[in-house]
Amino acid sequence: MAATDTPILAVTGNEAVAEAMRQIDPDVVAAYPITPQTEVVQIYAQFVADGKVTTEFITVESEHSAMSAVVGSAAAGARTMTATSSQGFALMWEMLYIAASYRLPIVMTTVNRALSGPINIHCDHSDTMGGRDTGWIQLYGEDHQEAYDDTIMGIRIAEHLDVRTPVMSMLDGYVISGAIGPLQMLPDEAVKEFIGPFKAINPLLDSEHPVTVGPFDGLHGWYFEHKATQQRAMDRSFAVIEQVSEEFAELTGRKYELLSPYRMDDAEMALVVIGSTCGTTRTVVDQLRKKGVKAGMVKVHVFRPFPVQAFIDLLGSCSVVGVMDRADSFGAQGGPLFLEVRSALYDLPKRPQIVPIIYGLGGRDIFPDNIHEAFAVLQKAAAGETLPVERTYLNLRKDRV
Amino acid sequence: MTPAKKTAAGSSAAQRKSGPAKVRQPKLPKPAWDVSEVDEWGPEEHQLGATIPEAGNSVYNETGGWRSQRPEFHPEKCDGCMLCYFYCPDAAIIVENDRAVGMDEAHCKGCGICAKECPRGAITMKAEEKE
Repeated sequence: MAATDTPILAVTGNEAVAEAMRQIDPDVVAAYPITPQTEVVQIYAQFVADGKVTTEFITVESEHSAMSAVVGSAAAGARTMTATSSQGFALMWEMLYIAASYRLPIVMTTVNRALSGPINIHCDHSDTMGGRDTGWIQLYGEDHQEAYDDTIMGIRIAEHLDVRTPVMSMLDGYVISGAIGPLQMLPDEAVKEFIGPFKAINPLLDSEHPVTVGPFDGLHGWYFEHKATQQRAMDRSFAVIEQVSEEFAELTGRKYELLSPYRMDDAEMALVVIGSTCGTTRTVVDQLRKKGVKAGMVKVHVFRPFPVQAFIDLLGSCSVVGVMDRADSFGAQGGPLFLEVRSALYDLPKRPQIVPIIYGLGGRDIFPDNIHEAFAVLQKAAAGETLPVERTYLNLRKDRV
Repeated sequence: MTPAKKTAAGSSAAQRKSGPAKVRQPKLPKPAWDVSEVDEWGPEEHQLGATIPEAGNSVYNETGGWRSQRPEFHPEKCDGCMLCYFYCPDAAIIVENDRAVGMDEAHCKGCGICAKECPRGAITMKAEEKE
């Protein structure tokens, strides 16, 4: 069966990820269930029980242990995966840095969910946005297909010898993870061939060549040099991500960009969006275009490494840009995506005005009307009105006094 | 006392004029992983992920200079029970023919556990002297 002849299935986002993991068949999975990622672990555990994978599945008592176990497993020389959400991601915190600094090519699905408190199980991006400096590559998927595709491409990107950096791939909690949507899977053997065999570097289990992983930097001070290599790997990963995306497109016809523009060719104003809200935004862009408003959208697929040049190329000629953050950076000038997009455009001789927009925290619904409100703010700016410095909140209940 | 200098493999550092008898430094083979110029290394010269690609090379990292107290071994009191060897956290008790015969001065940090545990008082601690 050719790679593009497979049927289109109706699955949840979590099923899409679990199926990708089944096809990858990693040597080790260590994971702890947490809403809304639970289904990934549950389905994968069933694959293990049914003998559909050869994976050593390690049940652990927490996400701290899950990430510790996958660090150990990857250092031992095993292709290793895990998945988490929200508080689980937060509990992995210190080990996320360890995984990245030991340059272990772990691939982890993170189903985005708000961080407490107040306790909330719904979608926003505060978990992984908080982890943007952990040293992991971050791929954000929009829908079921991307959640599946990113999982598979993530293996190639993380394991590439120019990169050797862990990859986290995201999908929106509930909106994608729990809702049913279309998925076209690759045949199992096509995935096997695409990812190829795992090549470990300095594996602990190679008893012929004993090594020490994770030594103390001691009194000698080489930490700084190792941090510089992490940044260099991030720099090199742009080319690798593009190469892997290219090969994936040859196989599937689905081409992923660092950033995906929508109706940006002549756009005067644009929203920058991550995740499932891109679909709603496209609809609104189409509605505005019918009215003659030159609106566009830039979808962020890759947030780490941050594709500065792609932002400059796509947004440089706009007069105003709204950056939609589904996470906030309290006390900063706006959400994390806003801060970085504005910084990316700073060096342009003529740069657009850039507006911080916060939406969807804790799963607050985002309707087409709310996207229209965002564009209305941009239209005022385009008409010469001075922009508010403070955040624009979409669908936030108003104070009554 | 002087702080431990960074010790390039193969060089000798933190060595003191020998005080009591039976304090010695074992002979080391040449390390396979040459880090003698590590202070000059740029980022690309290090191993991926800070892995050490050679087993057991902590022996080249001499920690004797950390001492503020040094052990003195009194072999006439030793009955060869080997408790010092089992308790030493730095594998710095030198053993020959199943008996402790002294301390590895290049690595003994002077913690004094051996002196505390020795049931025969065959190890005593003495303030480290300035060179």
